[in-house]
Amino acid sequence: MPELQDLYQQVILEHNRSPRNFREVPGANRHAHGDNPICGDRIRLWAKVTGDVIEDVGFLGSGCAISTASASVMTTVVKGKTVGEAERLFAAFHAMLTEDATPDRQALGTKLAAFAGVKEFPARVKCANLPWHTLHAALRSDGAGATTE
Amino acid sequence: MKLAMAERPAATAARPAFDVERVRADFPLLGRSMRGQALVYLDNAATSQKPRHMIDAIHRYYEVMNANVHRGVYQLSEEATSAYEWGRAMVAQYLNAPSPAEIVLVRGATEGVNLVAATFGRRHLGSGDEVLISAMEHHSNIVPWQMVCEERGARLRVIPINARGELEMEALPALLTPRTKLVAVVHVSNSLGTINPVEEIIAQAHAKGIPVLLDGAQAVPHGPVDVQALDCDFYAVSGHKMFGPTGVGALFGKRALLDAMPPYQGGGEMIRSVTFEKTTYAPLPMKFEAGTPNIEGGVGLGASVSYLQQLDWPAVAAHEADLLAYATERLSEIPGVRLIGTAARKAPVVSFTLDGTHPHDLGTILDQEGVAIRTGHHCTQPVMAFFGVPATARASFALYNTRADVDRLVAGVWHAREVFR
Repeated sequence: MPELQDLYQQVILEHNRSPRNFREVPGANRHAHGDNPICGDRIRLWAKVTGDVIEDVGFLGSGCAISTASASVMTTVVKGKTVGEAERLFAAFHAMLTEDATPDRQALGTKLAAFAGVKEFPARVKCANLPWHTLHAALRSDGAGATTE
Repeated sequence: MKLAMAERPAATAARPAFDVERVRADFPLLGRSMRGQALVYLDNAATSQKPRHMIDAIHRYYEVMNANVHRGVYQLSEEATSAYEWGRAMVAQYLNAPSPAEIVLVRGATEGVNLVAATFGRRHLGSGDEVLISAMEHHSNIVPWQMVCEERGARLRVIPINARGELEMEALPALLTPRTKLVAVVHVSNSLGTINPVEEIIAQAHAKGIPVLLDGAQAVPHGPVDVQALDCDFYAVSGHKMFGPTGVGALFGKRALLDAMPPYQGGGEMIRSVTFEKTTYAPLPMKFEAGTPNIEGGVGLGASVSYLQQLDWPAVAAHEADLLAYATERLSEIPGVRLIGTAARKAPVVSFTLDGTHPHDLGTILDQEGVAIRTGHHCTQPVMAFFGVPATARASFALYNTRADVDRLVAGVWHAREVFR
């Protein structure tokens, strides 16, 4: 049986309490909004991409602890990475939450691996994925936005 | 129909007081465990659990009676027909409809509202006409009217609510205009628990010649309704919220209105005769029931009503009022809990938020403790917008819940507060 502390890891509770990069990004050239219509979670995300590098990224919105912490951790992890590196992290993160294979903890790092327990709570997987879908939409910058549905 | 008498539970003798443990024993699912503890089921406004009596009736229907209804000349089909029609008659009794012909069996309250929108609405709404709903409607009593209003160039108007989640009745007279073709309001709110003053709404609307539809989905689980005493024109219910099966519900409509309405869907069952030149329609209620109906649903709904009929409803009402008062009191003691919906007249529904904790996290924590509640917007996004919250946690009680269930809920909320402090 999955335990509550598998889901609400300290790093998740802490990032929910004090989300990082919880702001608009000055001079952003990428933007997307994401929503989870079932939960009512909403996120707006901004990024400043120079060349191929995500120089700055920030978000605003309201959501549950899982989506807020996921957005916060995501911004800290992808800042300074290339677009390609961020997309690879998204793929690894998504796989960790949805696939049976052992997660690649080395590629993900400890903060992203803290979300591994979400897999045992299927109703909450969308919450963790929403910020990443939104980032993906922002980096594509087709303005389509992201939705979990 | 023999089913009616043979399958009615024997326990019709008068009881001194409401015996909740005896009622709980009638609902098999309540005996299961959840995450290592006894299940506490507090999502009754979403769907209710089912009495064994109803489950057995569906089981028996398939084992001994299954055939298509209304057309067979053989005995099996006649038995299936009479079981299905018995279900309709039981609903008519529960709602005190003048006749079973005024009960259209549908998929649920949602389809009941859609049926009226698609038939009465299309026929009577013209450019500039108005449909009046309220600010606390379920999406199922908003969207069908928006769709038909858009199609007909009509206008949707809304009775506002106050901070307690009650209708602003002072606003009603001015909203009942010469252009108002129908008032469609919820009898009991699913997200706030408010019991609306529908008698007063009907009286004011009828004084101006305006018919009234009531969404009764959240009212009928808490006792029989008398559509004749209310004098409402339409009344929609869902079977699964009144301890019956999913996929079946009923729409009561006054005979004169139903007679004047065009059919809903075309097909078999709903015709009298068909040629390529002209089709004439079946009499009520078949005119509105195209295709083979949900036969097991009708049988199951009848069985759930027969179960409800043997309950001591004043005692049930007292029990549910006690649960509501106790839950309200205990939740209010928790710092950071904000109750959403504090109407003077309420059904046993408690919507709330907890400062610093999103309702979905609260729902997950309660689930870990075997307590099932609903979290989200409850298909009432305008209500959430009015109260300035993205979502609420909602505990909704039924006759089989107990004070011990409330204690488990309250302990879980305290725990959530610890986790997210």
